Amino acid sequence: MLTYALVAGVLFGLYFSLVGIGLNLVFGVMRIVNLAHGDILMLGAFIALGVVTLAGIDPLFAVPLAFIVFLIVGLLLYWVLVPRLQGSVNPEMLSIILFFGLSQVIEAITTIFAGTSERSIQSRLLGTVFTTIQVKWFGGKPGRGGPIQIFGQSFPAPWVIAAGTSLIAIGLVYLYLYRTRLGTLTRAVMSRRDEALATGIDVDRVSAAAFGVGLGLAAVAGVFAPFMFGSVTPAFGADATVTSFAIVVLGSLGNPLGTALGGVVYGVCYMLVQTYLSSWADLLPYVLLILILLLRPSGLLGRQVRVA
Amino acid sequence: MPSALRHLLFIMAPLVVVLAVLPGVYQNHLLLFNFVIFLILAQGVNIIYGFTGYLPFGYVGFFGAGAYGFAIMVMHLQAPAVVAVVVAGLVGVALGLLLTPLLRLSGAYFAIANLAASLAVLHLVANPALESITKGPYGVSLTGTFNPNSAYIAALVVLALTLAGVVYLKNSSFGLALQAVREDSVSAAMSGVSVVKMRVIAWLASALVAGLAGGIYAWYVSVFYPDNVFSGDFSIFAIVFALFGGVATITGPIVGVIILYGIYNVIGFTTPQYFQLIYGLLIMGLVLFLPAGLVSLATRRGWHVP
Repeated sequence: MLTYALVAGVLFGLYFSLVGIGLNLVFGVMRIVNLAHGDILMLGAFIALGVVTLAGIDPLFAVPLAFIVFLIVGLLLYWVLVPRLQGSVNPEMLSIILFFGLSQVIEAITTIFAGTSERSIQSRLLGTVFTTIQVKWFGGKPGRGGPIQIFGQSFPAPWVIAAGTSLIAIGLVYLYLYRTRLGTLTRAVMSRRDEALATGIDVDRVSAAAFGVGLGLAAVAGVFAPFMFGSVTPAFGADATVTSFAIVVLGSLGNPLGTALGGVVYGVCYMLVQTYLSSWADLLPYVLLILILLLRPSGLLGRQVRVA
Repeated sequence: MPSALRHLLFIMAPLVVVLAVLPGVYQNHLLLFNFVIFLILAQGVNIIYGFTGYLPFGYVGFFGAGAYGFAIMVMHLQAPAVVAVVVAGLVGVALGLLLTPLLRLSGAYFAIANLAASLAVLHLVANPALESITKGPYGVSLTGTFNPNSAYIAALVVLALTLAGVVYLKNSSFGLALQAVREDSVSAAMSGVSVVKMRVIAWLASALVAGLAGGIYAWYVSVFYPDNVFSGDFSIFAIVFALFGGVATITGPIVGVIILYGIYNVIGFTTPQYFQLIYGLLIMGLVLFLPAGLVSLATRRGWHVP
């Protein structure tokens, strides 16, 4: 039981890191609280649904699609919303309200077009591309796509696939931030926006890119949401936002790679509480969030203490 | 005439009198009651956000805690409703005291922590393990104290007290000191303002208002579930109403409630998702084009708005 809880915690935790990392990128670069983050996740889940119902192929194909679509949406949205917001008196506060408005709009439009019923995808559809490749290239019989064995415990295949995709995505974010020119500029803006501006960095361009990437990552995380949470509704976004915040703050705000650690810690805690004290599991994200904010506001990996 | 008296006479008194007379001529009493509750909550948000700059994103936590304080007093101690409402206010204050450490956080951190705190209280109350005390997720039924007319009067009394509080903030050196702290806490501290004490008082006053409102709400509806009284809509509506009118004024939140909650009642019940859409767009437009609220249309022209 303990092994099961720990391994499931790590699998869920890796996925939760993917859920939070986009939010953290946006907050770190722009000091903007994207309360519509959970709604982007929800839209990502609907892209996965669309891919399955319209094209009838593996929902994994929705991953690149969701990323590219929301990268573009993010770039457009940035130019509409953010420069005006940054010019106001108190952008950090007003961003909360602005993005809350955006999340309402997204939720309303999704409800108008899709209704409020719960949507889910059959979990065996995820990863069918692997079995197809296996059959075509190496012969052999198509597998049942059943659970995957780790340490003698069996876990649903979608959990493992989601965790694997999350690892790859986090690796790519690392490469983006630390191995590309744009990434270096992004980190410069993250550490000090005004100095970056003074050294001639095109802060708006860098921020727009980070915003797009952040939304894209959220949508990618959303593709797996129907498998990880069972089903999605248009109202799923609000809860996802608070959970993402717990993860991001746990890691440390403004440090996207800390989110990976935060996600795993969160996932393991969640699974342990779920296993041993299940009726209190719902309380965990909120209590953890408050404790971390009060005791170590800079997060587990934070370097400097935030000025309160 | 001193301006405080003028504000009491020309803003608070007419509003309360009109709301007291309306049930005699208008049949939808629940609607009127909800208006009063939102007027109270919007002014409560005004006290904490308008005068200190802390955005209480989990404001409903106090409201719900007040409602459950009322319910527990009535269910377990058979207290009379008025006593239970006072206790509800005190429960709000107690939760506020418990959450004072959050005031150390600033900006978005405070808003998020407050939201998390309200959700934590919700999940605590709704926990099936506490069924013997709070009835868990199954909701409470307080038919013994059911008396909508008295509850409506109590709501008007609380509204009058809250408005008087805001008039005091608007006209006293205490309110001025709070606004100084909001603008620049370091400078305010240098000029002798006791920053921490001031913030805590405003925070607890705001929690008291929401706790009382929650207790009265529980009295009026008498049957409710945790999800009803901890609904995030209360926080959001109260914040948006206050912001729409304009915070740190007396009239702003009143105007905001009357206009926006009016719109909500015209289209919100039949087609909630269209209301949500309009509401979302309205919020975005507000932040982008009119961040200081409707009253800024007047103040920009140099008119004084109380």
